[in-house]
Amino acid sequence: MQNFNSAAPSRWQYWVVERPIISLLITMLIVFSFGFGTSKLFFDGDYRVFFGDDNPQLLAFEQMQNVYSKSDSVSFIIAPKSGKVFTRETLNQVHEMTEAAWQTPYSTRVDSITNYQHTQAEADDLLVEDLLLEPETLDPAKIEQIRQIALTEPNLVNKLIGSAGDVTIINVTVQLPEIDPLTEGPAVAHFAKELQAQFHQRYPDTEIRLSGLVMLNDAFATYAQNDSSTLVPAMFLLILIMLAILLRSVLGTLASLAVIITTIAATLGVSGWLGIALTTPTVNVPTIVMTLAVADCVHIISSLLLAMRNGQTKQQAIYTSLAQNVKPVFITSATTAIGFLSLNFSDSPPLRDLGNLVAVGMLFAFLFSVTLLPALLSLMPIKVAAKTKPSNAMTRFANWVIAKQKPVLVCGLLIVAGLASQVPNNQVNDDSLKYFSTDTTFRQDSDYMAQHISGMTSLEFSLESGQSNGINHPEFLADLAAFTTWLRQQPETDHVSSLSDTVARLNKNMHGDDPAQYRLPTQQELAAQYLLMYEMSLPYGLDLNNQINIDKSATRVVATFKNLGSNEILALEQRANDWFATQAPHIKVSISSTSSMFAHVGERNMSSMLMGTAFALVLISALLGFALRSWRLGFISLLPNILPGLAGFGLWSLVSGEINLALSIVSSLTLGIVVDDTVHFLSKYQHARKQGQSSEQAVIYAFNNVGRALLITTLVICVGFAVLTQSNFALNADMGLLTAIVVFIALVIDLLILPAFLLVFDRTPATAKPSTEPSTQLNINAATQA
Amino acid sequence: MKQSMTTLLFGATLVGFTTLAVADQGTTEQTDDPAARGLSIMQERKARDTGWQSSEASLEMLLTNAQGQTSSRQLRMKNLEVAGDGDKSLSIFDTPLDVKGTAFLSFSHVNTADDQWLYLPALKRVKRISSRNKSGPFMGSEFAYEDLSSFEVPKYQYRYLGEEEIAGQATWKIENIPNDEYSGYSKLVSWIDQQEYRVLKTQYYDRKSALLKTLQFSDYQAHPVDTPNGERKSFWRANQLSIENHQTGKATQLIFKEYRFNTGLSEADFNKSKLKRAR
Repeated sequence: MQNFNSAAPSRWQYWVVERPIISLLITMLIVFSFGFGTSKLFFDGDYRVFFGDDNPQLLAFEQMQNVYSKSDSVSFIIAPKSGKVFTRETLNQVHEMTEAAWQTPYSTRVDSITNYQHTQAEADDLLVEDLLLEPETLDPAKIEQIRQIALTEPNLVNKLIGSAGDVTIINVTVQLPEIDPLTEGPAVAHFAKELQAQFHQRYPDTEIRLSGLVMLNDAFATYAQNDSSTLVPAMFLLILIMLAILLRSVLGTLASLAVIITTIAATLGVSGWLGIALTTPTVNVPTIVMTLAVADCVHIISSLLLAMRNGQTKQQAIYTSLAQNVKPVFITSATTAIGFLSLNFSDSPPLRDLGNLVAVGMLFAFLFSVTLLPALLSLMPIKVAAKTKPSNAMTRFANWVIAKQKPVLVCGLLIVAGLASQVPNNQVNDDSLKYFSTDTTFRQDSDYMAQHISGMTSLEFSLESGQSNGINHPEFLADLAAFTTWLRQQPETDHVSSLSDTVARLNKNMHGDDPAQYRLPTQQELAAQYLLMYEMSLPYGLDLNNQINIDKSATRVVATFKNLGSNEILALEQRANDWFATQAPHIKVSISSTSSMFAHVGERNMSSMLMGTAFALVLISALLGFALRSWRLGFISLLPNILPGLAGFGLWSLVSGEINLALSIVSSLTLGIVVDDTVHFLSKYQHARKQGQSSEQAVIYAFNNVGRALLITTLVICVGFAVLTQSNFALNADMGLLTAIVVFIALVIDLLILPAFLLVFDRTPATAKPSTEPSTQLNINAATQA
Repeated sequence: MKQSMTTLLFGATLVGFTTLAVADQGTTEQTDDPAARGLSIMQERKARDTGWQSSEASLEMLLTNAQGQTSSRQLRMKNLEVAGDGDKSLSIFDTPLDVKGTAFLSFSHVNTADDQWLYLPALKRVKRISSRNKSGPFMGSEFAYEDLSSFEVPKYQYRYLGEEEIAGQATWKIENIPNDEYSGYSKLVSWIDQQEYRVLKTQYYDRKSALLKTLQFSDYQAHPVDTPNGERKSFWRANQLSIENHQTGKATQLIFKEYRFNTGLSEADFNKSKLKRAR
């Protein structure tokens, strides 16, 4: 940007460079005061971080949990290697584990096939008893009886026992007090893992796996911490290598490293001071900030090195570099920050945190690269070898583009258009299970469970009769039974737990276990009294409150499904609502569950992020127009700014085609990054044109000046986001991959389509007089070449 | 034999040390060990509540869930004091209307499981209810059967924990460990007022030793009764029992009205074959 390049160093810049020690001390003071906040950082693995406090689905879900009982749970999946649950040994194990599981911290209920409250008629009495009460009494006949009952009981099949009788589940419901959320859930998960290990040792012939919401939260926290302990160091290493190669200067690399470390420390410190928890999305803030901070350092150091090669003293070279780079680095930092700040349009708080923290990081990166970096450089004994021969590869490339401008433009636009046309093939699909990579134990265990018993997707339906004790009314019960049947017929359904089954079974029991009497009673009093009797027969922890509200005016149907994506969940909800509207309009139904919450937030997030992208686009284009002092170029810049996102998302439809919570933010966050390339290219082009050069000459000029720098920074950013693809979270991995794709496409567009476009359409004759001394300008601008 | 002698000696020494330790601390003038002290307080509590013979009351049961919604049930309760064993009780439900006339008869026992029957008017039948549910909830409330059954000294092992003041009343704090393996609790802690030996508060700890519920007794009222041995004695009954479940956030209140004593009830009124006519 020649507007900035000609600027002389400001007074503060002299001050920083002349008093490096004091500058360093002041920087350290700033870093420590912000960085101290890192001591307040904490991981929050609770899945609820993805939802704002006023999220309507979260509120509905919490209300349902308060009316009935909580459904936070940890499940032990028990798979005997023999493939047979109904053996003496396995039943013994389940019985023992059921007892032991009652010791789970905060547990309020344990459900298994052995403590299932089996009801049967005995003479004229109703016997309500654990299906396996005394394991000592187990003999082949008793085992066969238990098998018969368990595999025919709708409350158990595909809920606690696989329909093939090969896998069984012990489900522990926990009620976390939520006084200290950071220790309560982990305590439960820890206990579950201990119990798993203990029983695995005692029963080596069975596999025990863990699932449930508590384990989901645990997985979020555990893998997030893994990520930060593996990906961040990996990123550091990669950056060190890249800097060493690019700068060919050990001291320059060290100075950049200092900037990166202080930037991360200060950024995370801000997070700590503000009480923003580290969550699955924000755990990668260091990696992203590091990636983007490197670019600032590369620009400043490479300008410095070039100036020194051209014969300037180190001190002079520092001023030259600052004079050239402060404003461009500020502009690119600002556009990147705007891109990330637009994440504030997101419906999910941790994504907003991610955006804000990276934006803060950009601010620090800018601040430290123009203060700490020059101060360090002025202290360091940097020496530069003889002038290296500039490569003319860029000139040759520029000439090729000029020669083939029309085919390049046409082909390029056709390819981009082809890719962009694929964008609608993407589907918004949020499956919280798919947030985890298939390499994680949690995902493997959950997939195993889905394969053998049931998926983790669940929906809870609260059916309101509208009057006290209305659930006992025959018509209500008939509707409930019809809905239960309908729900069981849905192809996605694995299991439905409904009160209508219990009532029908009680009716059978009260008629001497006559199978013909497995039907709903026709009088309200009968239903009410059966239920009262059943309720009064239940042991500790196993009440009906999880199915019936205290007023007995509403009942909850809990269904589990094959693991579904958000659009399938929303479609299913719609079908259920339609069923009630046509079949039972007098019943007021509300649907909620964690699955439903993720589905809705994914959907809403998509539309709000489209708003966010539009907002970022307008703001960034305005900033560009202002920086380039040309509305025309600002308008042209829309092309290379929008196309990469379109092409990238088009390509994504061929890679995966699923847009989740994290991918919905890629469009706006890449906008801020890709715009940097455009800024650099257009400003050089514009500069040459103003010097009176033809568009061909201006394109060659731009390629020579920034071509290599664009390649390098793009490489750094692609590598940085590619590191994220190694995350345990498919969520972060996908975001890293798509961002790398978009940024790479942006480079291709900037180096091919943009110049071709300018060559074809920017044919106006040069306005200014031909410059007499193009070479001096060239020298200064060439500084941005690394 | 030799071994048991050693154990005995060792045990005696241990008791001696404990006593010494207590004496050293000089916290109380009592030199009894905590178990004996707890037991004697609870024996006195039972002694003071013996001789009422029978009682009747109507009550409202008010359920509250974590969302703050409430629901009310009306019932009547008849109790018969049984010497040497747990009491007998008969509850008749008046509302909700769809269970009106349902009667629940319970014979509580000290050492064995309680006997329970339920009369269902819609079916016109009496059904025995499984007896392992003593830790289960009563009528969907936060009260377990065992919370409502009669207090008998041999049901628990006691330990005196100290003195505390509750709402201006001096109390003894006593730990109760259930003897019954089917109890839902690992322990209870009760606060007994020193004046009248009434329970003012009880805390229940679940099987994993976490605090589960707190029961508070309030609005105590004295009911004078002529006991069988001719003396006139006052029996204290709380008109309000509030229990709160700390784990689920649910709560239940029992509000007693029209307590009447010695109403002429006899064994015959607590007979399962007469449940049909209970009203």
